[in-house]
Amino acid sequence: MDVTWYLVLSAFVFAIGAAGVISRRNPLVVLLCLELMLNAGNLALVAFSRMHGGEAGQVFALIVMVIAACEVVIGLGIIVAMYRNRLPIDIDEMSELRG
Amino acid sequence: MSATTYGWLVLAFPLAGMLIITFGWRALPGRLPGWIATSAIFVAFLASIGALIDLLDHPEEERQLVDSLWTYAATAGFNVDLAILVDPLAVFMCLVVTGVSFLIHLYSVAYMGSDRGYARYFAYLNYFVFSMLLLVLAANFVILIIGWAFVGAASYLLISYWYRRATAVYAGIKAFVINVIGDVGLVVAAFLILDNVGSLDFLPVFEQAGDTFSTNDGTLVAACLLLLVGAFAKSAQLPLHTWLPDAMEGPTPVSALIHAATMVTAGVYLIARTHPLFELAPTAADIGAIIGLATLLFAGTVALAVTDLKRVIAYSTISQIGYMIMGVSIAAYGAGLFHLMTHAFFKALLFMGAGSVIGAMAGIQDMDRMGGFRRAMPFTFITFTVGALALAGFPLFAGFFSKDEIIAFELNRGGGYSVLGILGYVGAFLTAFYSFRMVFRVFYGDPVPEAVELEDGHIAHGEPMNPMTGEPEDTDVGFPGPEHHVAEREWPMKAAMGTLAALAIVGGSLSVPGLTDVIEKFLEPTFEDSRFHDTAPTDGAEILGLVVGGALSILGIGLAWWVYLRQPGTATRLRERLPRLHGFLVNKWYFDELYDALFARPAATAGAFSRRVIETDFVQGTIVGGATGVVRVGTSFARAIQTGYLRAYALLLLLGVAGLTLYFLLNSS
Repeated sequence: MDVTWYLVLSAFVFAIGAAGVISRRNPLVVLLCLELMLNAGNLALVAFSRMHGGEAGQVFALIVMVIAACEVVIGLGIIVAMYRNRLPIDIDEMSELRG
Repeated sequence: MSATTYGWLVLAFPLAGMLIITFGWRALPGRLPGWIATSAIFVAFLASIGALIDLLDHPEEERQLVDSLWTYAATAGFNVDLAILVDPLAVFMCLVVTGVSFLIHLYSVAYMGSDRGYARYFAYLNYFVFSMLLLVLAANFVILIIGWAFVGAASYLLISYWYRRATAVYAGIKAFVINVIGDVGLVVAAFLILDNVGSLDFLPVFEQAGDTFSTNDGTLVAACLLLLVGAFAKSAQLPLHTWLPDAMEGPTPVSALIHAATMVTAGVYLIARTHPLFELAPTAADIGAIIGLATLLFAGTVALAVTDLKRVIAYSTISQIGYMIMGVSIAAYGAGLFHLMTHAFFKALLFMGAGSVIGAMAGIQDMDRMGGFRRAMPFTFITFTVGALALAGFPLFAGFFSKDEIIAFELNRGGGYSVLGILGYVGAFLTAFYSFRMVFRVFYGDPVPEAVELEDGHIAHGEPMNPMTGEPEDTDVGFPGPEHHVAEREWPMKAAMGTLAALAIVGGSLSVPGLTDVIEKFLEPTFEDSRFHDTAPTDGAEILGLVVGGALSILGIGLAWWVYLRQPGTATRLRERLPRLHGFLVNKWYFDELYDALFARPAATAGAFSRRVIETDFVQGTIVGGATGVVRVGTSFARAIQTGYLRAYALLLLLGVAGLTLYFLLNSS
């Protein structure tokens, strides 16, 4: 099977995730979309790994999964903290970094 | 021991006294610091006598001894030693300084008894005497300048001794600033001498000066004029005299110390010490003499009008120092230094008497408030009158012989110097008048309430207030303390005043024309190279001068008696008749106002200009403002990106990554 199809699928999933990150205001959904983007990257890595017959890409994919897990831990932690402080669950409300 | 060893001891004891009090004052109870300081000066006085005896053992031509402790500064081809020069002039000055300072210390032991800064006061006092002794014993210009600067610092510390009193602090600053002007003159003069002669040691400089410079050489005249600037600043001569009357803010014994033993005599000493240079530069010496004369007349007229008791004595000091400067400038060295000595006796005495009176008045110094203390304080009355008689040059008192000797010298040199002499007699007349103006106004007339109270045995205890401004103040330190009991009630004060009164009476006998010539004979080795030996007046001329001076003195005292006792109110009538003249004199010829307009106000204006234009407009506005403006404009774009929205950051990130990817893709083929 040609690697192109895997890459096309990966690009679609990445684009969907990116669009979600950019357009959605619910942090939970943003986190889900980030997951999508990471997994799109994983898909591309595994596809290339298979094409070249090496295992480096698969190892990278495993590392990305670990990073994704960490990211989810932190992201969910922030969301829980917002909830506990009765803050609106809306990332546009958190714009204190405005210059 | 040799004379130089004694010289080092003279320096060592006041220094040791100062260090002991400075570091041990916590452990020294009560009046112990005062007694330590007093005995330190007394031992220094004994050492001076030792130096004198040893010096007299030497043959006359070997009486200039130099001794060096170590090399103070060494550079290529030129060394400065920490060296002292013990010669008749130095020993004479040491004797006067330590002797009179000892009595002033003794007086202070009682006078400052109720002051909270007792130990500090005596540490300063010992430091002052040490500085002055270093100045007179120095064997080269460097050590001289060190002593010179120490004296200035010590005077600053003592004038602003009551540091919570604003006027005292200002007076200290004023004295220090004017003294620094003199220091600069002295340093530049020393540099000119080093540049031309190649040495800073006194004896080689004086020996080589004749070969290096021709008479009235321009450089030498400049150097001598700069030396005069130094001398005038220390000795409070025109136009650098304004600090001395303000120095009355210090405690009264400090005034006595500054005026009698230390500090103001330094200028006279400097001219006497560097006399070989001044004799090679007669122009500079003449300028010195003329300024001395101008100062003595100026100060004499001001002393007629000022009503602050201490300031009258201060102006009389300026006037008497004028005589000394005039004397040493016209090569009447023996006479000038003789007057320095007698003046030290009677001026210290007058200040002590004034301190006693001020103590009785609980700090009030205004003569308008005083009167009739004759019965209340008989001892002060007698000693003060003796001091005033000596100051006035009343026949047979100390000032009679010394002052008229200077004038006789001038008349004898003839020409323009006769004018100096005749005007000097005018000054003598003024002196006699204002001396007895003080006596008559303070001790005669109707007793004021304080005097009556004192006759009953009580001492007035006033509210703490500033004698200059009359404002109440909480100085916490100082006089009038709540427990003060000065006003001739304690024996140390009486002992000091009595000794000085005796000296003021008999001091003149050291140099009676035709009979004794102790001072000039003793100082001979220092001044043997003088070119003006033959100008010394004959005994007959001196006796004639004494007769004229004595007559003028009696005349002045008589006039004062007529104005203040016979016809009381004459002074008031005169003041009302001539308000302009009186204002002119009371305001001290407007010197302070002149300096204010010439220096203080332009400096303040320049400061305000710098503050407003240079600092605010240029530095703050252009340089700092311009830099921040550039940064602010440059960062406005970066700030616009920072919206704070997570989505916007994500989009930017994405666009960036996409851009980079595109770039590498396009370049990779």
